[in-house]
This record gives sequence, C-alpha cells and structure tokens, in this order.
Amino acid sequence: MARKVAVVGTGQTRHGKRQDVSYPEMIREAVVAALEDAGLGWEHIDAVVCGSMPPPMEGTNAPHLWWADAMGAGGKPLLRVATCGTTGISIAHAAYYHVASGLFDVVLAVGAEKQYEGESQGTMTTVGEPFFQRQFVAGAPGVFAYQCNEYAHRYHLDEERVRAAAAEIAVRNHVDALDNPFAHLRQRITVEDVLRSRVLAYPIRLLDCCPASDGACAVIFAAGEVAPRITRTPAWVAGVGYAGEEHWVGDSDKVWWQSARQAALQAYRMAGITDPLEQLDVAELYNPFSFQELIFYELFGFCGPGEGCRLVEEGVVRRGGKLPCDPSGGVLCTNPIGATGLIRVAEAAMQVTGKAGAHQVEGARTALAHAIGGTQQINGVMILTSLD
Amino acid sequence: MEPRILKDTIALPYQWALGPVNTRFFQEFKERRIFGTRCPKCGRVLVPARAFCARCFVPLDEWVQVRDEGTIKTWTYVAYSYVGQPMQPPYVSALIQLDGADTAIPHLVAGFDLSNLEEVRARIRVGTRVRAVWREDTEGTILDIRYFEPV
Repeated sequence: MARKVAVVGTGQTRHGKRQDVSYPEMIREAVVAALEDAGLGWEHIDAVVCGSMPPPMEGTNAPHLWWADAMGAGGKPLLRVATCGTTGISIAHAAYYHVASGLFDVVLAVGAEKQYEGESQGTMTTVGEPFFQRQFVAGAPGVFAYQCNEYAHRYHLDEERVRAAAAEIAVRNHVDALDNPFAHLRQRITVEDVLRSRVLAYPIRLLDCCPASDGACAVIFAAGEVAPRITRTPAWVAGVGYAGEEHWVGDSDKVWWQSARQAALQAYRMAGITDPLEQLDVAELYNPFSFQELIFYELFGFCGPGEGCRLVEEGVVRRGGKLPCDPSGGVLCTNPIGATGLIRVAEAAMQVTGKAGAHQVEGARTALAHAIGGTQQINGVMILTSLD
Repeated sequence: MEPRILKDTIALPYQWALGPVNTRFFQEFKERRIFGTRCPKCGRVLVPARAFCARCFVPLDEWVQVRDEGTIKTWTYVAYSYVGQPMQPPYVSALIQLDGADTAIPHLVAGFDLSNLEEVRARIRVGTRVRAVWREDTEGTILDIRYFEPV
C-alpha cells in the first residue's frame, strides 16, 4: 500500500525570455523559491528528480548533471526523467513514487526549459520516427492540428463553431495570465484578434498557440507523516494516473484519446471521483493549442463526447464558472516545456492551499493537473486536495 | 551590464540501421509497391510493414500489398517554418489510409495551387481521395512518393 504524500512547497521563476540568467542560475531561482515556500533548507531534501525536453533542445546532453549544484543535489540520489511535453508531470509522478514507496520522506522535483536557447520545433520533429514519419509531422503544431481537424470531423461539428470556442479559450487564458505574476504572455486580446492572426498549421493560428518560454518550476513532495510538521497547508496527492500508448502516428485514435482517458480514469478511481464536474473545483489542463482543451473536457468527463464547445459557450470553464480551467493563464500563455507539466501541479497545489493570489479560485479544495507528451503518446494526471 | 550570449552549432552525424523489415519494405517501395504486414491476432494490416504488432505483441510475417491510393483521415495546412522542414511552406501534411491498410501514414498532399488556404480547404477535407505521385528516380526512401494528389 502506497504511503500518503503531500505537496509542501512550490516555486516558479518568472517565465519568459530569461537571457538575464544562465541555465543553472534559473534552476536555482525556482528551487530556492520552493524551499522558502516550504520553510525547508536544501539539507532537508532526501532525493531529487528533474527533467527537461530532449537534450538537443538544451544544447547540452544530460543537462541534469549541469543543473545538479543548482538543485542542491550533491550527495543525494538524482534522476532525470524525460518524456517530452509530459516531462513535468512525469517528474511529479516520479517524485510521488519516491515518497509513496516509503524510501524517501522529502523529495524535490524540478522541471525547466530554456526555449530561447535552442531550436524547439526542429528538435521536436526529430522525436518522430526517422524512416517514415518525421519528414511530415511538422513539429508540435502539425500533429496537434491533425488532432483538431479530425475532432471537428468526428463529431460533425461546424468548423466555425469550433474555431470560435477555441478562440474564446485563447482569450480567456490571456486574460487570466494578467493575474499571474509568473506568466510569460501578458496581453489582452479579443476573439477577432485570434481569428485574424496568421495560420501556423490550420486550424491553429498564432494566438491559438503557446509561446516558447524560458522558465523553471520546483515542487517539494513529503510523506504523510512529516508533511503536517512542514506546513499547515499540505496539498494532498489524492490520485495519480499515467498512460502511454503506441508510437506510430496514424495507428491510434487521437480524438477519443485512450491514454488521456485512461490517465484520468485511473486518477479519478484513486481519488474517489465519480462526477468530475461536481467534485473538482479547478483544473490546470495542458493546452499548448487552444483547440485541444475542448478534447480534454470530453476525455476527462467534464461533458460528453463532442460537447466541448458547449462548456465554453455556457461559461462553465471560466473563472466564476462551475469548473474554472487554467486560471493561471495556462500553457497557452507560458510554456517552458520541461517545467510546464510541473507548473500544472504547482498551480493545482497553490489553488487548493489558497496560495494562488490574484488568480485564486475562491474556495478551491480539489484540483486536477494534467500534461501530454511524446508524439501524442503519453498523458499524465494528478489530483490534489486540501481535504485530509 | 548587458548579459552576454554565447552562440554555437552542434552538428552530429548518425547512421540508423533499418533492420530486415524496413529494408525489405523500401526494396519493394523502390519498385513502387507498398507493403504492410497482417497481424494474425487482431487481423489488422499495419502499413508500413512492421516486425511486430504493438497491440498484440506478436511477430508479423504475412506481407500484404496495399494500393498507392487512399483516403485522407486528417490533414493540416503548414504555414510556418522550422529547421529540417521537408519543403518550403505552405504545404499540406496529411494522414492517409491507403486502400487495404488499417493504419494511416503521414505524407504530403500537393499537385495543385497551395498558396491560398481557403482554396486548399475547398479541395482537401477528411475523406478526400488521394493517389501517390512517384518520383522517376526512386531511391528506396519514403520520399520516393513525392506527394499524394487528389484523385
């Protein structure tokens, strides 16, 4: 039986173009913030788990070795976890496993990226299979545009309606990011701006797409026995779900996306969630492209298949609605990829402990954090709650 | 003090072993024939041919020829640039299910004016039928098919 685990501290850097600091300096910024939030010293950390995107994007191989000193990892077990876009939530899961197993009491999870330093889409394209696929998949916008077009067709949805709902999500994320001091993009935009912005990979337009960010995030996980001694406001990990699937793009269904569905159901079962719309107070979904969020509403049971647009049109998923999604401004406004999934976990923990500041969802007690990765190959979900 | 930036390029050569199944696939492909392998357990024809079925985890050895014509399962109009792109944008990338296959392959769709998105949207949609346009001088790579064109 797994031990109880809680998040006892989170830290983020200011995200954006961070050419003011070197990679290790940026990492240390997040680590120090998390230690301060938890009221711990680096000597209290038993093990470190960290990760980023594929090393060609970092320009240095095995980058965790370079980061080690900045994470206070000397003399401790140090693991690198790397699963592309999902990296951040994979790090959170790995740190959770460390503590839940009973082998470690306090574990530091660190995710980071410096997208301004490498060639992101060129690198991501080389994640694709080399003989048949990578020539055509067109980076992240390409594969996710495939998914969006197939989605509209699958449920016979009017393309203009889907575009309008996606644009509304983009606008909502940009407005919410103005209340998040860590967010990268800070600009007020309108639905018309989104629909008029240039096409990257149809139907994805520039304002439907996340930025390339520099940034780091650190989260401290602690065992149930010690967490209440560290903080009066532990964010308990109530459920975890994680699923991978086949590699070949073109073999499996990305609309009724098995790994996303499986990850959510697994986490719900563990957390005792049978009606997510009622039982969740806030969700931080992984939405590098506005359209994808509609698909996640459906896969996570916030509504039925093909009904995602309705949740946007009825205001269910905005702040003040029944289930606010991405009150941080989401991935759409901040995407230091190796950190992004861990930021979802940090934001979920901040929400359920009342630490989210200007973007706090009033009275939030249970939150969902999510990330996707690989060439649409992996989904991870973590449920956090203030309810002991 | 203005923070300094160090610039450099890392270029590394690779040589990937294709293995027996891909080697045979591309030998046939060079002759403008496309093969998949059928899974004895789930019955699916996987294209391109594979050594094993990812779902049933059994080895595959029944080779099945499929047509070089098929249906667009999904598509996108790529209008942005990145390092290592196969051609100058804009272009159409699509998942195409070849007749006789149970899986779809990513490839290019071209052979008509691609400069205007709305005109492309009028010609290309999920379900559009397409046919391979082969190179004259095939070399045994996936780019022996230059692109697929609407039938």
